[in-house]
Amino acid sequence: MSDLSYLYQEILLEHNSKPRNYRTLTDATVSIEGYNPLCGDKYTLHLKLEDDIIVDIGFEGSGCAISKASTSMLTERVKGRTTSEAFSVYDAFHTMITEPGKAVDGNLLEDLELLSGVSAYPTRIKCAILAWHALKEAIEGASGSVSTE
Amino acid sequence: MDAIRKDFPILGQTVNGKPLVYLDNAATSQKPQCVIDSLSNYYQTVNSNVHRGVHTLSQLATDDYEAARSKIRSFINAESDHEIVYTRGTTESINLVAYSFGSQNVVSGDEIIISGMEHHSNIVPWQLLCEQKGAVLKIIPITDSGELDINEYEAMLSDKTKLVAIVHQSNALGTINSVKEITEMAHAFGAVVLVDGAQSAPHMTVDVQDIGCDFFAFSGHKLYGPTGIGVLYGRTEILDNMIPYQSGGEMIKSVTFDKTIFNVLPHKFEAGTPDIAGAIGLGAAIDYLNDIGLDVINSYESELLDYGTARLEQIAGLRIIGTSSRKGAILSFTLGDIHPHDIGTILDSEGIAIRTGHHCAQPVMERYGIPATARASMSFYNTKEEIDVLVTGIDKVLEVFS
Repeated sequence: MSDLSYLYQEILLEHNSKPRNYRTLTDATVSIEGYNPLCGDKYTLHLKLEDDIIVDIGFEGSGCAISKASTSMLTERVKGRTTSEAFSVYDAFHTMITEPGKAVDGNLLEDLELLSGVSAYPTRIKCAILAWHALKEAIEGASGSVSTE
Repeated sequence: MDAIRKDFPILGQTVNGKPLVYLDNAATSQKPQCVIDSLSNYYQTVNSNVHRGVHTLSQLATDDYEAARSKIRSFINAESDHEIVYTRGTTESINLVAYSFGSQNVVSGDEIIISGMEHHSNIVPWQLLCEQKGAVLKIIPITDSGELDINEYEAMLSDKTKLVAIVHQSNALGTINSVKEITEMAHAFGAVVLVDGAQSAPHMTVDVQDIGCDFFAFSGHKLYGPTGIGVLYGRTEILDNMIPYQSGGEMIKSVTFDKTIFNVLPHKFEAGTPDIAGAIGLGAAIDYLNDIGLDVINSYESELLDYGTARLEQIAGLRIIGTSSRKGAILSFTLGDIHPHDIGTILDSEGIAIRTGHHCAQPVMERYGIPATARASMSFYNTKEEIDVLVTGIDKVLEVFS
């Protein structure tokens, strides 16, 4: 067990109470639901894709502080970026959370590195990674819903 | 209390550097040393297959295995030992009834009544059965305090009602239902009644003859016994007329390629080598509970519930879900807009084990418009001091999210 204050860092709690891009997109080109049946975390991610650019992104839903902060930070990180950059961030984030100790590119992760504490809590990894699965599915053209199970 | 706590070796350990405060008893209970010993003793000195060999160990194993069945019969006051069918747990017990009794007796247009506070294990088997048969599943609604609306239930009953399956004590709310009254009302329409006793049997005296139910299901592991063993009680005349659930060895009297004659009760429902050690371990757990006394346990746990309720009610923003006046020692709650999983993680860092989530009772969560709750479920080995630790832990949660 690592230090609890490292998991629930100020910035995570701040994103939880004031999530960024927390809105629906009326002009979304793809919307996808991410659902974690274990916790009941449920979010809908809306993306406006133009060619390979994520022009706009928003999300709605509810869940624990970790899932909500992770989703909020995701939207900040990939908004206005190319889909290939989003995939690279996805890979780095996934590695950071599920394979702690393995080197990842901090420049890619930016603020998301502050979520690395989640890797010490196996029961909470799904919370952190939920929206990232949804993002990947959304870009890859799937529709409907994704689940952590 | 110290003496009782010493009977449970796991309770003495630290978790995350803090003394373990185990408040997840509705999920599974801890095991006293005598149960653990009964398992190792069985494997060290008796291990053999039951109802098969002529050799001494096989006879000893059979004796112990059947003696445990007798203890279970007496524990729930069934009329005879053969009304006690060993299963893997409550879930399998309910599935056995849905598959066997259900497939034989439920036809298109029939109705099955369950309630809005059932565990998924007392919902899904009936849903599947209704889908297969073209029967209708009806749900008794829950009131705001977490009780069944008996008037609605009364209105639902009719000659179409084939079966009523009701939880005795809700795992998500703690509510204790009037299963005797519910059974009498169902019987007036000729319906068969199954009572899910997973949460009640470990905490109160159960008398299946007094309740009058046709089936009663419970699990060993919530009753201080091993995992993997459970019980289905069924009244003789109903079990006698039911088809086997699974088939193979043990459940037959004779087999030829033309015809198989099934074994007598309860063996007709116990195909294959059973969980012999588990059954014996469950017998040991029942001996242990009888030594303390279910009435003593029940009144102590009520005291814990009252104390815990009073302490939790003082916490600003804390809402107890399930406020019936007839409750088992279960405190399900929400805390402002803090998600129960965050509560659970922070409490875990203090050594406190609670359950967070929907408790396999999603319709209950939906009824209250919440995604999940945090649930502290108590047992006779818990103390008021541990509830104080829980309250301090909740204060810490509030601090983190302040």
